[in-house]
Amino acid sequence: MKRHTIAVLVNDQPGVLQRVSGLFGRRGFNIESITVGTSEEAGLSRMVIVTTGDDNTLEQVTKQLYKLIDVIKVVDLSANPMVGRELALIKVTADPTARPEILGVVETFRAAVVDIGTTSLMVQVVGDTEKIDAMIELLKPYGIRELSRTGVTAMIRGNAR
Amino acid sequence: MDAQHATLRSKEEIKENLKKPEVITGSEILLRSLVLEDVECVFGYPGGAVLYIYDAMHGFSDFHHLLTRHEQGAIHAADGYARASGKVGVCIATSGPGATNLVTGIATAFMDSVPLVVITGNVATTLIGTDAFQEADITGITMPITKHSYLVRKAADLPRIIHEAFHIANTGRKGPVLIDIPKDVSAELALFEPSTEINIRGYSPTVTPNKLQIDKMIKAIAEAERPIVLAGGGVVYSGGHEELHEFIIKSGIPVTTTLLGLGAFPSGEDLWLGMPGMHGTYTSNTAIQDADLLINIGARFDDRVTGKLSGFAPKAKIVHIDIDPAEIGKNVPTDIPIVGDVKTVLQLVNKEVQYTEKADAWRAKLAASKAEKPYSYTDSDEELKPQWVIEMLYEESKGEAIVTTDVGQHQMWAAQYYKFKQPRSWVTSGGLGTMGFGFPSAIGAQMANPDRLVISINGDGGMQMCAQELAICAINKIPVKVVIINNQVLGMVRQWQELIYDNRYSHIDLSGSPDFVKLAEAYGVRGFRASNKEDARAVWQEAMNHDGPAVVEFVVRKHENVYPMVTQGSTIDQMLMGDAE
Ligand SMILES: Cc1ncc(C[n+]2csc(CCOP(=O)(O)OP(=O)(O)O)c2C)c(N)n1
Repeated sequence: MKRHTIAVLVNDQPGVLQRVSGLFGRRGFNIESITVGTSEEAGLSRMVIVTTGDDNTLEQVTKQLYKLIDVIKVVDLSANPMVGRELALIKVTADPTARPEILGVVETFRAAVVDIGTTSLMVQVVGDTEKIDAMIELLKPYGIRELSRTGVTAMIRGNAR
Repeated sequence: MDAQHATLRSKEEIKENLKKPEVITGSEILLRSLVLEDVECVFGYPGGAVLYIYDAMHGFSDFHHLLTRHEQGAIHAADGYARASGKVGVCIATSGPGATNLVTGIATAFMDSVPLVVITGNVATTLIGTDAFQEADITGITMPITKHSYLVRKAADLPRIIHEAFHIANTGRKGPVLIDIPKDVSAELALFEPSTEINIRGYSPTVTPNKLQIDKMIKAIAEAERPIVLAGGGVVYSGGHEELHEFIIKSGIPVTTTLLGLGAFPSGEDLWLGMPGMHGTYTSNTAIQDADLLINIGARFDDRVTGKLSGFAPKAKIVHIDIDPAEIGKNVPTDIPIVGDVKTVLQLVNKEVQYTEKADAWRAKLAASKAEKPYSYTDSDEELKPQWVIEMLYEESKGEAIVTTDVGQHQMWAAQYYKFKQPRSWVTSGGLGTMGFGFPSAIGAQMANPDRLVISINGDGGMQMCAQELAICAINKIPVKVVIINNQVLGMVRQWQELIYDNRYSHIDLSGSPDFVKLAEAYGVRGFRASNKEDARAVWQEAMNHDGPAVVEFVVRKHENVYPMVTQGSTIDQMLMGDAE
């Protein structure tokens, strides 16, 4: 089972997210993360979907997506050198005594503290999935109160379109 | 045929008038757009959310509207119309319960790639999402079973949407398209200008195949010693049956036609092996398992055809021709994939294909097998046998009828014992296997072919799922001949319970069925019954001579089974042969 990151350019029509996610569910394809936002062209949105499966599954995913009338283009980003990023906000228990240690972790990861409560810190981290997983692992011992990840957005490196 | 409706005005006459831009309501835009799409017949059922549309239809006579007795009847009729004509079938229902009553029919059409435009009303845009009276999210409900759908926001979008919907429904891999029209949109005024252009970004089905793949196929054919063609519904839908015929005759490759492919190649010709799969012929199934080249033309390797997938066509190189790229490699790994329209592909292939010299021994072997192991049953003079009834219908109609069926044993016997000479003469629910489909689909088939004999073959179970549509046959004098093969049980279920569930007959007894002759008469339709051969033929001839719809009930042997049969989990050459064993 490989992890694949695919970008799907779609007409920005009501229900299009439902069509795409519904297709994954119905056909037994896995969605690890899905992000949607506007694209470089008005009227079109770009979805980035991380899915797992063998190459045949990926081929079926692509072909089935193309059957949706609102799908314009499907690109397997992970077949190329790509940049994949997600953002996470992590609210971690942080008594004054624990703070210096936590700040050390934050600094090493080039993350940022974006809010401070009397007994907590909110940490913002941006990076690839592995980096964020690692950051969470390191913060766990202090007590994670709340965690929110955006899912991956991605692009192929260089001049390729 | 249709006493209630006057002849339609000539298309040209109407269209000229319609083309002038004019400010009219969404409902009128809808009707005019349908006329411009060459719609001749619409099946529907009114209700609050479509009342503006029905109001606009008052006195409207540029297409026929048939009021069915249930929305399920309307959509299966539209489906039968589409399958028997090749044109887009159209039906209308109101919001909420009207729309949800269409769901089974939409799924039926989707599974069998039938082009439909399904129009539903919805509550006013201001009420959408409020759980308003008779509100249902029908676009959401039907997303997995439509090729595409629209929730219309403005009347001004209607001409474009309707034009696109017909285009999408009937191009590429065909299928149902839903147009959901909120009530206020159907009342809203807008400038009507017919939409003539199609510009759907990202939608352009591949019609012309890759030449290199065709060359590979030609080479594979030349090398093959045991080639076979598996032809499916895609041949019928692309209109490529003549090209298929030319291909088979030129190449000498034996051909098996799937349930939906019946009629794509003339049954009875030497190279035709019959149907493959669960209830297919011995020769088709063993040939597939022995073949060294299998050319799938417009079939989708359904599990009822392949049996146990891992053991399917184990020795064959696989060529798969399909308009839908997603079908290729979905179930069966393909050696030579060919994406394209079947007719176009075969035209290219036919220019180059040669007679398969190396396959002489194979042809001879299959011919012998065909002669040795045809479909067979033990006939009886005491009890009426369902297989005999189908053979009788075939003889009496000289194989010229359009046959629609419901789902069950009678469907399989009809597929086995009626021989189809031409495409679009066989209307059956293959993919979804929808009981209740058989009779209303015949009404649609008859509307599309007023001058042909339409026979609808049903079980006593399925007939009771849409029997209410006898009313519209009576009222509109639609001369469908409705056959009921009455075995007093849910036959196909009984067969499974007998063979797989150890004779534990659970809830299959149809005692309490109505007297079908009286039921017909209650609707004003002639009813007939027979339970022996002599009566059966006589009664059938009388029904045929009757100018109008008729219901003919054949009371048959209860314990008859469909053979051959491949049980689930077996490869297709592991067949139970039944009587013939
Ligand atoms: C709507 C629907 N419900 C249930 C089934 C399952 N089913 C398949 S065949 C069958 C029995 C059909 O009995 P009948 O109509 O009497 O036809 P026969 O098999 O006896 O010819 C049933 C219940 C189905 N195909 N469709």
